[in-house]
Amino acid sequence: MVMKVYGSALSTAAMRVFAALYEKDLQFELVPVNMGAGEHKKEHFLALNPFGQVPAFEDGDLKLFESRAITQYIAHEYADKGAPLVCEGKPMATVGVWIEVEAHQFDPVASKLQWELVFKPLFGMAVDAETVKENEAKLAKVLDVYEARLGQSKYLGCDCFTLADLHHIPTLSNLMGTPLKELFEARPKVSAWAADIMGRPAWAKVLAMRNQQ
Amino acid sequence: MAAPVKVYGPPLSTAVSRVLACLHEKDVEFQLVPVNMAQGEHKKPDYLKIQPFGQVPAFQDESITIFESRAICRYICDKYADKGNKNLYSTNPLVKASIEQWLEAESQSYNPPSSALVFQLAFAPLMNIKQDEELIKLNDQKLLKVLDIYDQRLESSRFLAGDEFTLADLSHLPNTHYLVSVGNRGEAFSSRKNVGRWWNEISSRDSWKKVVEMQKSK
Repeated sequence: MVMKVYGSALSTAAMRVFAALYEKDLQFELVPVNMGAGEHKKEHFLALNPFGQVPAFEDGDLKLFESRAITQYIAHEYADKGAPLVCEGKPMATVGVWIEVEAHQFDPVASKLQWELVFKPLFGMAVDAETVKENEAKLAKVLDVYEARLGQSKYLGCDCFTLADLHHIPTLSNLMGTPLKELFEARPKVSAWAADIMGRPAWAKVLAMRNQQ
Repeated sequence: MAAPVKVYGPPLSTAVSRVLACLHEKDVEFQLVPVNMAQGEHKKPDYLKIQPFGQVPAFQDESITIFESRAICRYICDKYADKGNKNLYSTNPLVKASIEQWLEAESQSYNPPSSALVFQLAFAPLMNIKQDEELIKLNDQKLLKVLDIYDQRLESSRFLAGDEFTLADLSHLPNTHYLVSVGNRGEAFSSRKNVGRWWNEISSRDSWKKVVEMQKSK
């Protein structure tokens, strides 16, 4: 039975999961959820994710929600397929740290900026300049820490590409399409890392999915 | 002989107390290293070497220095898998997937509103910072929505991830403790049958009582 991902190729959280599946060369079925029509808040979807958010995921009898829990499951369950997205032994501890850094330091700020600069314009909503300014300053500080870290380590978690890097790609990719790309490009190590992770073939496949929608 | 495990930061910090609860559950001895936040010690170069974002906690054992409380908890559970509570972070892949799901739910859905409320209700008054009524109202609403979802989940499950107390439940202890005590938000929990039962059970654990004692004595 093929794995299913419920969501949309436009959702950054769902894209995290697609990226992991493509990295692992795994077959899956995308079950579209029509968010414009509020499908994610209806009973049949709430049974898959009681928080009414995409993505939701099924692998046989296993049902999961939360993109970062889904990618962890994929990485461990299919450890022997495709790219190793986690490390064994001591490096995993540091990968675990930077997985949390993405979730708690990068994403809250980057998501707000993504909402203001990428999604609001799509919906014809006015951009809140104050919010952008405030969060741009916060993002700059986070990226300073990343710049120092990437001076010590090829990728964020360790010397190979892991979930710690992958989880950034969808939002990072969106922000690179805004004037904020300057923040990334002004920092040489961050810039090289961003180009590297966005240049991965698995990510190209996710973008192809999105462009088909 | 000094314990090889060090935790940096004050027990009053919610993130620090998350790690302390985990160490108690796993029966792992540790040394608490004070960080004088009132004097900005956490923003000084020596501390930034071990936690580059200038936050507490940081964690050190004989082989590694790490930060981010939930990463530290996972590390403790992996490294000391045979000690203390073995169900905290099960090695069974399907059970672990469920634990990770609810740990992420805590991180992404519970933590933001509850942290904001803890700061406004418990810490802002101590720091002579004016409370933001709008922010409190907004986050109260968000919290109640999350608790409704939890109540539904806990109708059919004793703990969040399943039949056993796990890291997913533990992760909720620090913020919730402040919310129901200093924050006067106890009714939000007690008025929901299953959430009330769950909170009573997890907050009565010996490991959490030890952490609360540590918070009182510092």
